Amino acid sequence: MTQAVEANPYVPALARLAGVVDETPTIKTFCFDLKEPLQFRAGQFVQLGIPGAGEAPFTPSSSPLDPQHLEITVLRTGRLTDALHRLAEGDLCLLRGPYGKGYPIEKLEGKEVLVVGGGVGLAPLRALIYRLLAMTDRLKKVVIKNGARESAELLFRRQYADWAARDKVSFEMTIDRPEPGWNGRVGVVTTLLENIGAEVDIPNAYAFSCGPEIMLKFVTQKLLEKGFKPEQIYLSMNRRMSCGIGKCGRCNIGPYYLCKDGPDMCYAKIKDYPDVF
Amino acid sequence: MLPQVLKKGDLGAWIEALGKTWKVAAPVLKETSVSDRTDAKFGWEWVVDPAEVRLDYTVTVLGPKKFLWPSRQTVLAYALAGEPNPQAVIEHEPQVLLGVHPCDITAIATLDAAFGKDVPDPHYLARRKDTAIVGLDCAAPCDESCFCLDMGSLHPESGYDIMLTPHRDRYFVEVKTDLGQQLLAGARLQPATKQDMQGRQAFTEEQRGNFHYQLPCEVKYLPEILDASYDSLVWEAIARRCFSCGSCNTVCPTCYCWDVADQIAVDLTKGCRVRRYDSCQLDPFAEVAGGENFRKDRSSRLRHRMFRKGKYILEQTGRAGCVGCGRCERACIAGISIKETFVQIAGSR
Repeated sequence: MTQAVEANPYVPALARLAGVVDETPTIKTFCFDLKEPLQFRAGQFVQLGIPGAGEAPFTPSSSPLDPQHLEITVLRTGRLTDALHRLAEGDLCLLRGPYGKGYPIEKLEGKEVLVVGGGVGLAPLRALIYRLLAMTDRLKKVVIKNGARESAELLFRRQYADWAARDKVSFEMTIDRPEPGWNGRVGVVTTLLENIGAEVDIPNAYAFSCGPEIMLKFVTQKLLEKGFKPEQIYLSMNRRMSCGIGKCGRCNIGPYYLCKDGPDMCYAKIKDYPDVF
Repeated sequence: MLPQVLKKGDLGAWIEALGKTWKVAAPVLKETSVSDRTDAKFGWEWVVDPAEVRLDYTVTVLGPKKFLWPSRQTVLAYALAGEPNPQAVIEHEPQVLLGVHPCDITAIATLDAAFGKDVPDPHYLARRKDTAIVGLDCAAPCDESCFCLDMGSLHPESGYDIMLTPHRDRYFVEVKTDLGQQLLAGARLQPATKQDMQGRQAFTEEQRGNFHYQLPCEVKYLPEILDASYDSLVWEAIARRCFSCGSCNTVCPTCYCWDVADQIAVDLTKGCRVRRYDSCQLDPFAEVAGGENFRKDRSSRLRHRMFRKGKYILEQTGRAGCVGCGRCERACIAGISIKETFVQIAGSR
């Protein structure tokens, strides 16, 4: 007996591509005008798929305050993301979610917030940044640090000036290696954290970071060195996720499933598991 | 309901009767070693001929998990031409698992907990709800690999509809649920005599005499012991023997990790999403896009499995991830034993 059943958590909705933005040579942003708005918290993720090519977890890079217009920024790095990068306006995707907990926005009232992005890691953090920019009256400060390997890989460059110009917000960026025509900072993103104690009132701050694992490791080390406590550090963890609802067992870190308890985890919870990084 | 018995000679007729309403799966003999006639391999199969059913089996190579959680399962179907119109595919039919040993009943309870928790998995639950379980109690451990008594899986309190207790030429029949009562409609049951009651008691005493605790501590301390051993050299030492072949995952009655992939029909008009067993012991299990692998070393993968079995699944579902059936040890070509591993880490703190 075979039957189709409604309200199955694995059944995706259809989402038509309203536009594709070339961000860097390897990163594109896929924009969707959704029929049904997708209500999500900054940091929650969705399963984005293509019929025939499969699906994978991505955290939206668009504002959670505009759930009708979903944007997902994707680095081309594998089979599905190759297929995604070949899509054009009007193509159909499969979408389900949101999943996970999202960032603990409620903890940020009256706090200073440090956001540290690396490469495509700025994508999920942009959802957080949109959220923070909409609540600056309830925050003391937002400090954004962003790094990329080279200037061509700096994500969302068109928005930096706007972010930096906002009240209570500061923005700084760096690239790993010097290159002709670049007058800005050079060095990995942790070099922007050397004087973080002077910019941020550390005991009254939370830090959020997303990027390659090696970067997360060194950002965490640097933040701890500067006086952040593990409870004040949130990291976006990257694992395979086949379901999004704690069934497939793939995103298990210690007693946690990232798809349910993350994907942004408080460092205090995961620091004792060496296969974290 | 008064105590009843079923003569072993009447088992075939009962299975015939069950077959009219349910698909019946039971243990059958798969192969016997030429040089050692006692080395018999049993497996779970759909019953074709009731005479093939071997309720005298010791342990099956694979548990009955596959009838609830098949190794490949289509979860979604969609069109590739025009609107995809994705639809869930849920397949199930009324089935009876006949002769499930206590360890496998307990393992199914773990799967129930894992798939039923939070957002339930409708594919698993549809099969589970359509499945009746006839348990078969064990008078003695199946071999030296098993440690079900330690893992608390020798005496499941629920998770079955009927429990059969073998004694000489008959089964003592304990009915647990209404469904169990229905299953027995076609069985030639007889009221239990005083002798049968004594036989039932003798079985319990025999069982008590045959099963012995093998771990040096109660299983409730396992999570703590594992926690304390996270950085132990034990993992590296055991992993030196491990081939990372994933046999342990394949035979485990509670392993349920899966991967998913899309498949396209040859005429390119439709596709489906298929999930299949995955193995945490295989190298790509924890590899993500970009090539980063979070459990690159065999020792970290082996440790992850032991932690899943002794700690994580218990913490996540409230049910132990290991039922002590011993299958992983029997299947391991390197002779790695989860029981010995637990013994070792309990002793090396």
